[in-house]
Amino acid sequence: MASSGLELLWVSLPQLGKGAAQTLSISFLSIAFSTVGGVLYGVLRTLNNRVINAVLRVYLELFRAIPVLVWLYLLFFGLPIFFGLSLPSFWCAVLVLSLWGASEVGEVVRGALHSLPRGQREAGLSIGLSAPQLYGYVLLPQALKRMTPPTINVYTRIIKTSSLAVLIGVVDVIKVGQQIIERTYESVLIYGALFLFFFFICYPLSAASKVLERRWAQA
Amino acid sequence: MSALIEFQGFNKFFGQAQVLKGIDLSVQSGEVVVILGPSGCGKSTLLRCLNGLEVAHSGSLRFAGSELLDKHTDWRQVRQDIGMVFQSYHLFPHMSVLDNILLGPLKVQKRDPREARAQAEQLLERVGLADKRDAFPRQLSGGQQQRIAIVRSLCMNPQVMLFDEVTAALDPEMVKEVLEVIQGLARDGMTLLIVTHEMAFARAVADRVVFMEAGRILEYNTPEAFFTNPQTARAQQFLEKFSFVSTLPKKSKEPELI
Repeated sequence: MASSGLELLWVSLPQLGKGAAQTLSISFLSIAFSTVGGVLYGVLRTLNNRVINAVLRVYLELFRAIPVLVWLYLLFFGLPIFFGLSLPSFWCAVLVLSLWGASEVGEVVRGALHSLPRGQREAGLSIGLSAPQLYGYVLLPQALKRMTPPTINVYTRIIKTSSLAVLIGVVDVIKVGQQIIERTYESVLIYGALFLFFFFICYPLSAASKVLERRWAQA
Repeated sequence: MSALIEFQGFNKFFGQAQVLKGIDLSVQSGEVVVILGPSGCGKSTLLRCLNGLEVAHSGSLRFAGSELLDKHTDWRQVRQDIGMVFQSYHLFPHMSVLDNILLGPLKVQKRDPREARAQAEQLLERVGLADKRDAFPRQLSGGQQQRIAIVRSLCMNPQVMLFDEVTAALDPEMVKEVLEVIQGLARDGMTLLIVTHEMAFARAVADRVVFMEAGRILEYNTPEAFFTNPQTARAQQFLEKFSFVSTLPKKSKEPELI
């Protein structure tokens, strides 16, 4: 049994690898877009523009209140119907995870910027910095320390949540696993392998965030 | 000669509360004006309006001949001409001393790095901190940080410097080193607007004293006349509070000799 189990994993490896590649590319792209979008969101929220704030709060609440799965279904089935725009399931998953991730990262960035002493902004303005210079040279570099650990936690959540993409037809590592189980009934073995896969990707990230948090708390 | 800075009927509100009421004040080039008054009288707000950290409500504020309350005012340009030093220094903690000083000259004024650096080092020399150029703010004492903050403003080559209670957060021992730097600037003929609670310093450095209370200017005077013979009862009362401490009765009686 044990040897046949290992044998099964071995022969399934190429197939599982392809699924893992899908999972990782969805996650990586979503993390990248979330970071860019989140920084943009955080900066825009601290400009204290009433219109921008109102729009962004609606966006935030929509992604807080509605499950990612519903967003996936809504865009995957809704876009073709309402806009005649049909996104492949892969890109639909990236889109939803990025929008959701950006709202999470964005709140972290906003909080980090908000926690800086007000005098930093005033000192920057008083030497004539423009708004982009103020954020680029003074505020964001200081916020970086405060926002990195919680942002890494958002990244691990994006990786784990990417597994929902199965439900709109993405053949990711979980879907591949299920296909193997349907053929061989080795559910414990395959889910055990998936367990290790996610653990070894997410655990180092969350460990890194802990280390950074501790190191920067001392400084 | 027309004034370098001229407030006329200048008003400022925070919500419903009017914090500056019909301020008239003109400052000549090269003049040192010290603004005194109780906490919350609007002294700091007056300075902050001058470089656009607070938005004025109405009236007129002219600087070097142009109206700052105009919608088209380029505040980034104005702020390069009007340097500001804050009570809590507000150095950028993630940058070395030299980077703090050079951020404005290099990124805002796009000056030649060698020339700007030479000026920065010369100014550091002047405030006695040349050896701290590579230090970070957290490694410096309050007095040192404040002197660096002054250099950061000076290195923009402003026409005016605003000092907003710059010694209020310092240990008494460090007050002197900062005040000496400001006194040096005054001696060199720089235009200065100073908000302070250091009465002896105000008396020594000011060409003119302005006394404010509750958003109004109550008195304009020369320092000698203000400190020896204030024109308003309120100013007199204010000054008495500062001399109160030195005339306090001792807590315990002198031990009696037996």
